[in-house]
Amino acid sequence: MSELVRRDPRQEWIIRNRLHPQHLEALAQMGGAVANEWMGPNGVIRRNPHAVGFIGPNGIRRIDRSGVQQAAQAPGRSVEAKDARQRVTIETPAFMVAVVPDMAGGRLSTHDRDLLGLARQLADADPAQPGAVLAIVFGEHKETAFGEAGIDRLLHLEGERFSGYLPELRVATLQGVERDLAPRYWLLPDSTTGGGELGRRLAARLDERPAAQVWQVEADSESTTGWRCTARGAAGRDDVTRALPRVVLALAECADPVSETRHAAEAITLSQELPEVLGRIQDMGEVAVDPASVSLAEAEFILSAGNGVKDWDGYHHAAEVLGATKGASRVAVDDGYMPRDRQVGATGTWVSARVYVAVGISGAIQHLQGIQSCEKVVAVNLDEGCDMVKRADLAVIGDASQILAALVARVEQYRAEQQENRDAA
Amino acid sequence: MPHDVSNTSASHSNASGLNVTVLVSVGRHPLTARARRADQDARAVEMALTLESTSVNLLHAGQQDSDHEAAIRGYLGMGIDSVGLIEQKPQADVVPALAKALRASASQLVLTGTRAETGEASGVMPYLLAEALGWPIITGLAAVEKIEQGTAVVLQALPRGKRRRLRIRLPAIATVDSSAPPARQSAFGPAKRGVLNLHQEPSEIDEALSSWHIQPARKRPKRLKIVKSSSARDRFKAAAAKADGGGGQTLSDVTPEQGAEAIFKLLKEEGVLR
Ligand SMILES: Cc1cc2nc3c(=O)[nH]c(=O)nc-3n(C[C@H](O)[C@H](O)[C@H](O)COP(=O)(O)OP(=O)(O)OC[C@H]3O[C@@H](n4cnc5c(N)ncnc54)[C@H](O)[C@@H]3O)c2cc1C
Repeated sequence: MSELVRRDPRQEWIIRNRLHPQHLEALAQMGGAVANEWMGPNGVIRRNPHAVGFIGPNGIRRIDRSGVQQAAQAPGRSVEAKDARQRVTIETPAFMVAVVPDMAGGRLSTHDRDLLGLARQLADADPAQPGAVLAIVFGEHKETAFGEAGIDRLLHLEGERFSGYLPELRVATLQGVERDLAPRYWLLPDSTTGGGELGRRLAARLDERPAAQVWQVEADSESTTGWRCTARGAAGRDDVTRALPRVVLALAECADPVSETRHAAEAITLSQELPEVLGRIQDMGEVAVDPASVSLAEAEFILSAGNGVKDWDGYHHAAEVLGATKGASRVAVDDGYMPRDRQVGATGTWVSARVYVAVGISGAIQHLQGIQSCEKVVAVNLDEGCDMVKRADLAVIGDASQILAALVARVEQYRAEQQENRDAA
Repeated sequence: MPHDVSNTSASHSNASGLNVTVLVSVGRHPLTARARRADQDARAVEMALTLESTSVNLLHAGQQDSDHEAAIRGYLGMGIDSVGLIEQKPQADVVPALAKALRASASQLVLTGTRAETGEASGVMPYLLAEALGWPIITGLAAVEKIEQGTAVVLQALPRGKRRRLRIRLPAIATVDSSAPPARQSAFGPAKRGVLNLHQEPSEIDEALSSWHIQPARKRPKRLKIVKSSSARDRFKAAAAKADGGGGQTLSDVTPEQGAEAIFKLLKEEGVLR
């Protein structure tokens, strides 16, 4: 079907005019039965309130506002969910704003996106002289939507050399970017997942005084750079307002992420070879830590027990086999099965686990509050209607002790297979 | 935390081993706003004291007054005899003075906190120092495992309680954050008895500071959830919907083995099984 909307103004006028003798005919012609939506003269969608609803069994007009019936009736003109975001390509940027996203887990984090939003603000401030946002990404990644996040140029440094923890190599690379492209600003996330550290290293190397913990950037004609930033100082007690420096370490939510435009994310390479760096810090890999020693608030994987757990030895065994940190609901703590410091919830610990397995926990609001920021929640419960099952991404209905025992068996089998593979190799 | 004080106090007088300098600053109590020993710096001192066969030196650069002295004596109360004080004017840039002092000392490992509790507190000072001295720097030191042949094998704290093992060439700077073991209490007697070794050093005044505007922290505005949708119905639904709008998968009438298999698959996809 052609995308062009052909309009007949006279027809539309008749449709709008309920008293016109040809009104019903025109309506019928328009869209099968009675059209209740059409494009008005100014390109605005018009609705006919008389044409909505249907005649119910008792001859009374019913209007279903849940949208089910409307959706079933509407396909007259299929409104394709078109990507309305505007495409922006910046051919010859006046300057560059470099961003080094953290890429925790191989994807742009929300913090990275906020930072890219800030970069766009800086780059687009003067429409006559648009800047380009350059993102520098190290190592392998799984991100596909760089353009949607507001990136014009993408420098992807991959290969053996860039995997692992190599702060010295990264700083030397960024220094190479500085020599090559001389970005006007360097933006890094002030995070514990790498950005904060890398940004400070870079600032020290470039001999620039950075602004750390920046949470607001505003245009300011009086400042030397045209921008002023507000940063937290003195352990979060003070706000320091100053001219925006070249190196900025910004906090999450420093700006709104890009949502209305799509950018080219054109891949670029450095013109010069990167220097060999004498590594004085050698990465010897991550160390397995005892999950029981990890504090509940930081734990990545929590197996949490509630009043539904009857076989406590089985539960503790399962936590050990899975390598999960133990948590508990208040009832389990009050009954003395678990120590107080393991309680999750409003009066316990607010956890931020990536995977939270709730075994025999009903999901009282005080408990659910504590797991708000968990990414994936798994519920094991007898009661299909309980709130934890509603919250869960995966719920298994059944007896907790049997399911835990089966899970332990499955994981042990998996471990044995892995061991075999390793032995064979 | 139980501390084996007798062991450490015996060992840190042993000068033949590693020479560790801890840079200490004056902290500020978050509630009473009194000057105190800074928490992260105190953890750094604790870390140094628990290292075997090391001699621990403390170094502070800053202005001299009774409040500051009381705070610095807080570190002495952890069982250390003396602290080196480099006198600087208020608002001075302490990096040149500290770099000079460290270059002159025989320190192989310098420990600092990650971020100060007063002033700009940007946490850049250790990096500037490392750049000035040309030493490697690592962050989030959680434990020193061993020191051998001019290198140190250390554990670095990562978010979510993870640890990474690193080998660094000495001399090096390491910062300590709150994932390091908490500091022992400061005892009044040793704090009183400890010696402050004062040096004078010319101050380089930090000029930029005067152009900055510093005020008590404002509350950050909360970000509103903006729903971009052309239809009012969608916008209303998004505004009125409960935050946890289901969408999960529910397995009922399954055998425990099938349920366990589903959970196992999710755990493996998320990569939490090791
Ligand atoms: C002021 C206040 C603060 C509170 N703070 C907290 C808090 O911080 N944290 C907290 O957790 N609670 C808190 N609570 C308590 C909270 O309201 C609930 O009482 C508590 O969370 C319920 O714990 P539960 O889900 O383990 O127990 P229950 O509500 O008894 O739920 C047990 C669940 O286990 C299931 N079950 C039973 N047998 C089995 C089986 N064999 N296999 C599988 N499933 C089974 C049941 O279907 C049920 O869903 C607070 C309450 C108040 C008033």
